[in-house]
Amino acid sequence: MTPLVAAQIGLAIFVFFMLLSSAAAMVYFERKVAAFLQQRVGPYLVGPKGLLQPLADVVKLMFKEELRPMAADAFLFALAPIISATCAFAAFAVVPFGGDTTLFGLIPEGLRLQVADVNVAILVVFAIASMSVYGIVLAGWSSNSKYSLLGGLRSSAQMISYELSYGLALASVLVVANSLSLTDIVNRQAGTWFGVIPRWFIFLQPLGFLVYLTAGIAETNRAPFDFPEAEQELVAGYHTEYSSMSFAMFFLAEYINMVTVSAVATDLFLGGWHGPFLSETIGWLWFLLKVGAILFFYVWMRWTLPRYRYDQLMRFGWKVLLPLSVVNLLVTAAGVLYFEL
Amino acid sequence: MSSEATLFYAFAAIAVLSSLLVIGQRNPIYSVLLLIASFGALSGLYLLLDAPFAAVIQIIVYAGAIMVLFLFVVMLLNAPREETDEDLDREAHGETHPLLRPGPMRLGAALAVGLIVELVWALTKGGGESGQFPGGAVGSVGAIGRSLFSDYAFAFEVTSVLILVAMVGAVVLARREASPGPSEHP
Amino acid sequence: MVTLNHYLVLSAILFSIGTAGVFVRRNLITILLSIEIMLNAVNLSFVAFGRALGAADGQIIVFFVMTVAAAEAAVGLAIVICLFRLRESLNPDSFVSLRW
Repeated sequence: MTPLVAAQIGLAIFVFFMLLSSAAAMVYFERKVAAFLQQRVGPYLVGPKGLLQPLADVVKLMFKEELRPMAADAFLFALAPIISATCAFAAFAVVPFGGDTTLFGLIPEGLRLQVADVNVAILVVFAIASMSVYGIVLAGWSSNSKYSLLGGLRSSAQMISYELSYGLALASVLVVANSLSLTDIVNRQAGTWFGVIPRWFIFLQPLGFLVYLTAGIAETNRAPFDFPEAEQELVAGYHTEYSSMSFAMFFLAEYINMVTVSAVATDLFLGGWHGPFLSETIGWLWFLLKVGAILFFYVWMRWTLPRYRYDQLMRFGWKVLLPLSVVNLLVTAAGVLYFEL
Repeated sequence: MSSEATLFYAFAAIAVLSSLLVIGQRNPIYSVLLLIASFGALSGLYLLLDAPFAAVIQIIVYAGAIMVLFLFVVMLLNAPREETDEDLDREAHGETHPLLRPGPMRLGAALAVGLIVELVWALTKGGGESGQFPGGAVGSVGAIGRSLFSDYAFAFEVTSVLILVAMVGAVVLARREASPGPSEHP
Repeated sequence: MVTLNHYLVLSAILFSIGTAGVFVRRNLITILLSIEIMLNAVNLSFVAFGRALGAADGQIIVFFVMTVAAAEAAVGLAIVICLFRLRESLNPDSFVSLRW
């Protein structure tokens, strides 16, 4: 067990716990930001400035009774939140969040901050995103209740429709970056033009970034695309019949999917961990800042925009976003050929 | 046993077991889920064969899209589990499992065993060498892409027309006559 | 030591399981699933041969087989939906009106 192997195992465990804590932090973040947007205070009782509110939420969820409708299919009912949560965690395994670091000299070679270094990393993220549809569709079906079934079917149809634009936005970044490995794509964004503008792909692919982010928001079932799980419309849709820890797992899966989409967007379009003034080894600070900015945008959108009705949502995905992403890919390919990037 | 051999046998066992259970399940939803497990095992086997592209598109296309289509159809049809009149007769006497009906079971098992023997004989006869894998790596994704768009460009374009035709056909076939109902997403 | 023959034997076993499923099962959807098993078995032998020959062609053919399988699954399931609307049953033995 060389120090490098031990460090890699430690990294995997560390990433797992960081994702769990990020979900908890997102709970607090969302409620506070929502409160400030609505000109109220938000959680402030539990702990200083309400910082222990997520802990109170988790304890409350743990103590609730675990219900299962009698007519529900027991195995699938239990399996669905597991699939959602597993796919959410697994997608983050291939996302790099820092450059090579030697952990203050403890290990001889550099350890890249990425749990699994595959050179088809983008495709793996896409593959696991397609697998997370199953958690939702099985939750809807196995609950054996009309709200759940409708919510589950609508939500999964929405997810598979927006996967197309998601994939095409990814493809346009691939055309520019010429590699499928996320680490290569980030490293291509190091440095600046004219010493001022960083070489981020968002400046080369503004439309691609918007398409990716919109498709990502629809993939994670967040507002304004959260019709299938909206309380006012469908009594919480596919997770109507879930309570206690199963509901917590869906909740967790949603927040971690948000974090993964933001992390991949940062890696693809915003230069990952590269930024001025900091050396490579603490680039993860920049990464955190950028991911935090995109998460703030997520929360801001939720509490600002009204939600799309389901048919408007599907029409937007197929008739607006998909042609836009195709056009973006064509123009990008033409540009790359012309300028020989 | 090397780690590669352990992984191979593990994935192979999962694939064979899941496939056997797929054809043995009464509830079609369980069949679909078990087939997804089998596809996952096959994807692992492709990774062992140095084919990361095939592994990932197996998950994206097969497990992530085609099986979702199957699952949707099974759910929307809400089909009854398969029963024939014999089954309803036999319910009084016990087992109604489709694979335990004497006729199909015996014929099916005999056919399957015969097919396995024949295929194994045919496939392993050819290898004059011991059939070991050469050391070099197979082409990268970039090489596959270049080959797809140069040598196989015609087939590629024809495939896209094929998908378009299949999409149109599925939408037209599954449409309801009376009112514009929900259409299938292929 | 895992040789090419191991993969081919596994492919043969999976193919026969798929064939047995097509013959034995009396549910249209399970029959289509067994056809998918057969297609996957063939994909496995393509990739194995591609690796043994050191060519990328195995994976390319797998790409095409997957596309064709997707198209066939879509149209096949649309036909199953039509049949179900007609007879309210997924048993192939219900659709015997063309027999003499």
